[in-house]
Amino acid sequence: MPHPVATTDAPAPRAQIQARTLRTDRWWLSPLVQAGALTVLLGYVVVRLFMREYYWVDQFNYLTPLYSPCLSEACTPGSAHFGTFLPDLPVWIPLPIIVFPILLGFRATCYYYRKATYRSLLLSPQACAVREPHRRYSGESRFPLVLMNSHRYFFYAASALLLINTYDAVQAFFPRSGGFGIGLGSIILLANVGLLWAYTLSCHACRHILGGRLRHFSKHPIRYRLWSLLSRINGKHMQFAWISLVSVTLTDVYIMAVSAGWISDLRLFN
Amino acid sequence: MTEVQRHDYDVVVIGAGGAGLRAAIEARALGRRTAIVCKSLFGKAHTVMAEGGIAASMGNANPGDNWQVHFRDTMRGGKFLNNWRMAELHAQEAPDRVWELETYGALFDRTKDGKISQRNFGGHQYPRLAHVGDRTGLELIRTLQQKIVSLQQEDFAATGDYESMIKVFAECTITELLTSAPTGAPGSAGVIAGAFGYWRETGRFVVFNAPAVVLATGGIGKSFKVTSNSWEYTGDGHALALRAGANLINMEFIQFHPTGMVWPPSVKGILVTESVRGDGGVLRNSEGKRFMFDYIPEVFADNYATSEDEADRWYDDPENNRRPPELLPRDEVARAINSEVKAGRNSPHGGVLLDVSSRLPAEEIIRRLPSMHHQFKELADVDITAEPMEVGPTCHYVMGGVQIEADTAAAVGVPGLFAAGEVAGGMHGSNRLGGNSLSDLLVFGRRAGLGAAYYGIRLNGHRPAVDEAAVEAAGQRALVPFAEVAADAGPGVTGENPYTVHMELQQTMNDLVGIIRKADEMELALKKLEELAQRAARVEVEGHRQFNPGWHLALDLRNMLLVSVCVAKTALERTESRGGHTREDFPLMDAQWRNVLLVCAGATADELSVTHEDQTPMRQDLMDLLELDELKKYFTGEELAEHRARAPR
Amino acid sequence: MSYWAHLRVWRGDAEDGQLVDYPVEVNEGEVVLDIVHRLQQTEAGDLAVRWNCKAGKCGSCSAEINGRPRLLCMTRMNTFAEDEVITITPLRAFPVIRDLVTDVSYNYAKAREIPSFAPPAGLEPGEYRMQQVDVERSQEFRKCIECFLCQDTCHVVRDHEENKTAFAGPRYLMRIAELDMHPLDARDRQREAQEEHGLGYCNITKCCTEVCPEHIQITDNALIPLKERVVDRKYDPVVWLGNKILRRGDKRVR
Ligand SMILES: Cc1cc2nc3c(=O)[nH]c(=O)nc-3n(C[C@H](O)[C@H](O)[C@H](O)COP(=O)(O)OP(=O)(O)OC[C@H]3O[C@@H](n4cnc5c(N)ncnc54)[C@H](O)[C@@H]3O)c2cc1C
Ligand code: SF4
Ligand code: SF4
Ligand code: FES
Ligand code: FES
Repeated sequence: MPHPVATTDAPAPRAQIQARTLRTDRWWLSPLVQAGALTVLLGYVVVRLFMREYYWVDQFNYLTPLYSPCLSEACTPGSAHFGTFLPDLPVWIPLPIIVFPILLGFRATCYYYRKATYRSLLLSPQACAVREPHRRYSGESRFPLVLMNSHRYFFYAASALLLINTYDAVQAFFPRSGGFGIGLGSIILLANVGLLWAYTLSCHACRHILGGRLRHFSKHPIRYRLWSLLSRINGKHMQFAWISLVSVTLTDVYIMAVSAGWISDLRLFN
Repeated sequence: MTEVQRHDYDVVVIGAGGAGLRAAIEARALGRRTAIVCKSLFGKAHTVMAEGGIAASMGNANPGDNWQVHFRDTMRGGKFLNNWRMAELHAQEAPDRVWELETYGALFDRTKDGKISQRNFGGHQYPRLAHVGDRTGLELIRTLQQKIVSLQQEDFAATGDYESMIKVFAECTITELLTSAPTGAPGSAGVIAGAFGYWRETGRFVVFNAPAVVLATGGIGKSFKVTSNSWEYTGDGHALALRAGANLINMEFIQFHPTGMVWPPSVKGILVTESVRGDGGVLRNSEGKRFMFDYIPEVFADNYATSEDEADRWYDDPENNRRPPELLPRDEVARAINSEVKAGRNSPHGGVLLDVSSRLPAEEIIRRLPSMHHQFKELADVDITAEPMEVGPTCHYVMGGVQIEADTAAAVGVPGLFAAGEVAGGMHGSNRLGGNSLSDLLVFGRRAGLGAAYYGIRLNGHRPAVDEAAVEAAGQRALVPFAEVAADAGPGVTGENPYTVHMELQQTMNDLVGIIRKADEMELALKKLEELAQRAARVEVEGHRQFNPGWHLALDLRNMLLVSVCVAKTALERTESRGGHTREDFPLMDAQWRNVLLVCAGATADELSVTHEDQTPMRQDLMDLLELDELKKYFTGEELAEHRARAPR
Repeated sequence: MSYWAHLRVWRGDAEDGQLVDYPVEVNEGEVVLDIVHRLQQTEAGDLAVRWNCKAGKCGSCSAEINGRPRLLCMTRMNTFAEDEVITITPLRAFPVIRDLVTDVSYNYAKAREIPSFAPPAGLEPGEYRMQQVDVERSQEFRKCIECFLCQDTCHVVRDHEENKTAFAGPRYLMRIAELDMHPLDARDRQREAQEEHGLGYCNITKCCTEVCPEHIQITDNALIPLKERVVDRKYDPVVWLGNKILRRGDKRVR
């Protein structure tokens, strides 16, 4: 027989190609931008958490969503709409000690942010078909990442917070001076709440709980309609995730600026 | 001789398309150890390409439908050349075969009341095609594949071995059927004993010892240049059957689908589904004329519109208007396109224009024809919602195949050999209706599995032994392409490139035995085929046996050439036009030919004989399902003597 | 209209191999598979490559083009610049057999580990009734042509051979989702998805969805909903408590 014949019985190795990836496009760009954006925004939020001031504009009932609801005795008078369950907290504990973990947890366990952080910060994988640097990988099958499955509770809690934020946004239309009033701040707060609702309702857990878990849509026509609607906005979840994150930040910046007196609120009506 | 792997099975099924998988399921159900052998990976067989649907008279869309109506449509479609018993079994059993798929997990599109939805198709009187969007073939193959897996899981639970009862030998090509060694005793020779093949991956040889072999290898389209078929369609099963001593019938009948893509060259032949026309698409020539109105044959004149206005009204009001001529049977449309192109009224790349863009709003086109929209966008840069498609006829399906006994699918003349699916002949007569192939696969796949299983059981342990000399010979023949052509073979004789020979074969069949045939052209084709056969014998390939496509093609060439000769010879012999066989020199259908089957036999092109065989007369009760007036168009007077309309009351 | 492209094809087998450069003629409208065929017809008659339908329907011609998993028959040459080097390599997550052909048996082995459709008791063939809205979710997943590009690109096995035992891969996790959403399937599949088929390994980074030539929303419509169903069953005390109180037992939602 003139030609060699290989056997297939032994498990054969993969093609010997050393390159980490043969991709020729700029696959590193998007994880880099994401990592940058996430770091900057998170850094800003942490700084703001420890600032303990400029989160409340008494004159116009503006409360930044980062501090809402404010529940400590240390809260600026007037800003604690739901009572002060917590005592005066030491400086090293941020005032939104209940609120912030919920917000952070909601976003950290969000299916979209998981994708973004796994890719851009944990590099597993940094981009598709680009070899990841880790020797071993068990993903979300084990502790700690198995905790990501708690997303649903954060969804419940964050939805409750969002109701409070909505209340805050409505309050922002009723300034201290009485009556109804519109300022740039109240519009910003309202828009921000709208975007937060878009983000929260387009959540995968929400889509599942309200309809996706059903096996026979035909027996639940209303939930099916709801599910179809949620599925449509779910397709834009990534966009809502970024837009709402930026909008929360900008809302906070605006309220800080007004509260600190760096600018004054642009009043449109009353 | 090099080392040969050996396997023992009760039934070996060659082919993992719809027919092969259904056969294997049935054989395993009867407790037979079954091997499935296929050229490509498991789940990739040609059946995945089917789009439109499976024909079965379940009566979900129109309760008036039943097997008798389906039977009539099938016979009409085949111009009454069909094996009527096959057509009868097919029409009767198709609904059960489709319902069975649901118990395997298939998910067809549904009607409002939750039943399987059925769609209209050319030649079917009622909406009859069970479907899943335009990917019905994929659903069929995946369902059967998953059923096989589920049987393997049962076997695993029982024996600890997934493959104890059914094993899939993927990427393994059979090159020869093995029969028992002649012992001199009458009837002992020519009994199936197994099959010989090679693993594509390693090039190693493999022998299956088995008393029963089911051929389910599909069609022959790769012998033609412009075809909707995949590379697997090299006519292997047809050639294997011939070499084992079986007959092929109806090989002159090849279905050319009227609408294949024509541009760009690399996608020429890819199918444009009939639904485009069903949903309102119209055919125009380079002058912008809807030319199909000029091509309505006399026999159909009553049923087709004669003006554009009437044709356009049909879509909304089919009761009071006649159908647009674009919806004539496939062979008529294909011929019309061919004539337009020959007369020079062709589109820029040698086809005609198929336009839906001016007929339906863009969203509607995308909703109804998603995969066509995708296909043209991706492959041709054509947006079918904005511009017309260029289309032309493409070789689609072979009606001819192994002659079998209808009830058992046993090949005539070779005990132990069975055939089902496109490789079997007779069921579709001279022309197949859309949707009737997938149902054919299921009905006769099952019957072939049953036939093979019972045949083996009845042997009672007396398994015929493989002729070792034949194994040796098969191995040597397979290695010929690696041998260098000897320097002394003759002046100027050199090794041939298999790809070149293949391309010339395709060109020859396309040009000379294509959609419109003439005696002198077919004679020329036969000469060319002879010449190509000589060149094919000198094919030389580089490299070694491990996954070597050049070598694989060299081995397939032999089968393509043999089958092509069958097609050319029978086409030359039949001096009439009928269904998928059109003679420019004999343009009319001839009732004297209706009863005649052309039977090919012979192991090589030189030995190939074509004989005339009379059909078994159709059973009277089936004959009576049709009206005398219609039958008169096809049958001779004597054949109709007993019809109910003539019988004394 | 035609030009010469610079192709770089990986040639070799399990022992070793290298990228080989070929100039190949390209005509208008061609796809990468055409160019590979032209190579076979001219310079490399024994170049190993898998293909069947050349119409994006069978999922045979999977390979990597410029590092990205793709179907050779659905990648048009005009998506590359004329002077671009086009590198074609075999799927990197699977053992190579020769040239562009890999051993994809991992996928078939995993397919066998997923329990098949369990027909409902008491329904005969022909008696199945299902509504279109109830079959549509599973139908999306049944568009899969088993090209295994998603299996190839998923980092869980692509970068960690050792995970192959524990992880079924996106295509087969999607199969579980398909059956779990099937209106008549009678088996409970949610726990085993996590406990036996490695759903937890998926970190929803969506590379499978990115490469799927059928544009199936694998991650959004199959994997994440399946994760949520697992949460229902394994990690949700509210559901657990509800089931206890209403005595629905460990049954699935309707
Ligand atoms: C584009 C297209 C659309 C179609 N649409 C429809 C439709 O809507 N409705 C309909 O009813 N019909 C349709 N058809 C026709 C139908 O799909 C085929 O006729 C049918 O699938 C044939 O099935 P089969 O089981 O006979 O063989 P296939 O599915 O072709 O399988 C053949 C098998 O045999 C194996 N094989 C071949 N040679 C060998 C060998 N030497 N050794 C080992 N194995 C071998 C192959 O690997 C393969 O597994 C369509 C056809 C095409 C091309
Ligand atoms: S989403 Fe999950 S399954 Fe898909 S590629 Fe990423 S890790 Fe793999
Ligand atoms: S899911 Fe998509 S990518 Fe994965 S095998 Fe199926 S078709 Fe291919
Ligand atoms: S919030 Fe992103 S998925 Fe729930
Ligand atoms: S060859 Fe079938 S998908 Fe490419």
